[in-house]
Amino acid sequence: MGHGRRIAYFDGIRWVTGLGNINWFKYASPVTFYGLAGRMIPWFSAAAAVLAVAGIYIGFFVAPTDFQQGEAYRIIFIHVPASWMSMFIYVVMAVWAGFGLVLNTRLSSMMASALAPTGAMFAFIALWTGALWGRPMWGAYWVWDARLTSELILLFLYIGFMALQAAIDDPRRADRAGAVIALVGVVNVPIIYFSVLWWNTLHQGSSISVTKAPAMAHIMLTGMLVMAIAAWMYTIAVVLVRVRCIILERERHSAWVADLVKEAK
Amino acid sequence: MIWASWSAFFAMGGYAFYVWGSYVMALVFIAGEVWLLLRRKRTLLQRLSLIQRLSAGEKDETAS
Repeated sequence: MGHGRRIAYFDGIRWVTGLGNINWFKYASPVTFYGLAGRMIPWFSAAAAVLAVAGIYIGFFVAPTDFQQGEAYRIIFIHVPASWMSMFIYVVMAVWAGFGLVLNTRLSSMMASALAPTGAMFAFIALWTGALWGRPMWGAYWVWDARLTSELILLFLYIGFMALQAAIDDPRRADRAGAVIALVGVVNVPIIYFSVLWWNTLHQGSSISVTKAPAMAHIMLTGMLVMAIAAWMYTIAVVLVRVRCIILERERHSAWVADLVKEAK
Repeated sequence: MIWASWSAFFAMGGYAFYVWGSYVMALVFIAGEVWLLLRRKRTLLQRLSLIQRLSAGEKDETAS
């Protein structure tokens, strides 16, 4: 039975690659991707660790005290990278889920499922650090401000996506149902991003923008960007580990997984 | 070194609770995610290997 499913799957891949012989679709095959991902994980993990140490060092030992906020501003080095990641991961997740829905490529849907827990974690860290920053600066851990509320909705969208997928037994149906939530929820991301412009919010505006000079000291900006790249590398490493687990779970009846398990012993 | 002493560093200018509360929680979540993920991978491989051994045993029984 596993064999038949595999044949049907590779026929699907062949059909896609047949449209102009694009051979990057080679990596749309879970077998090939499993190996490729395994080779990439150590590099991304190492990069994440080195950059996080460098970013923390800049954030605590190089960046000076802020003249307005004192030492409390140092929360920025996790708050901003975590917030960016939470939004960016959601967009990437929606794109993969959309590909899975339209092209019916299983690996795309697996990528979407692998991204959700890490995105939810970053959304939670963004809210938590934001609360701890808001208390000394605004006098409240939480206000029903547009920026804060839309970020909370983002966390709920991630949780909804995961809960819905967990509730459906058939993986392909779970993929399609999750894709609908992911795609509908993506409208929330620009709302979060532009909330500080559209509404009169307590939350400050963007720290950096494409059109203006950054509104913060260079060394602070450097620390924040180093931490943001560390968060990127971390996300890629963790998501690749998770997608490999999902591939093994879903392809467990196939011959290649059997061979792999045999070799691992 | 921008800090007068280690105790000044840990005090964070009076914002110790907020700054360390943020960093510790982030660390707990990141370490927790990595731990859960590695555990998931380990138990998955163990389970797949167990299933393989059991089904191999079944085949041997039907053959003999």
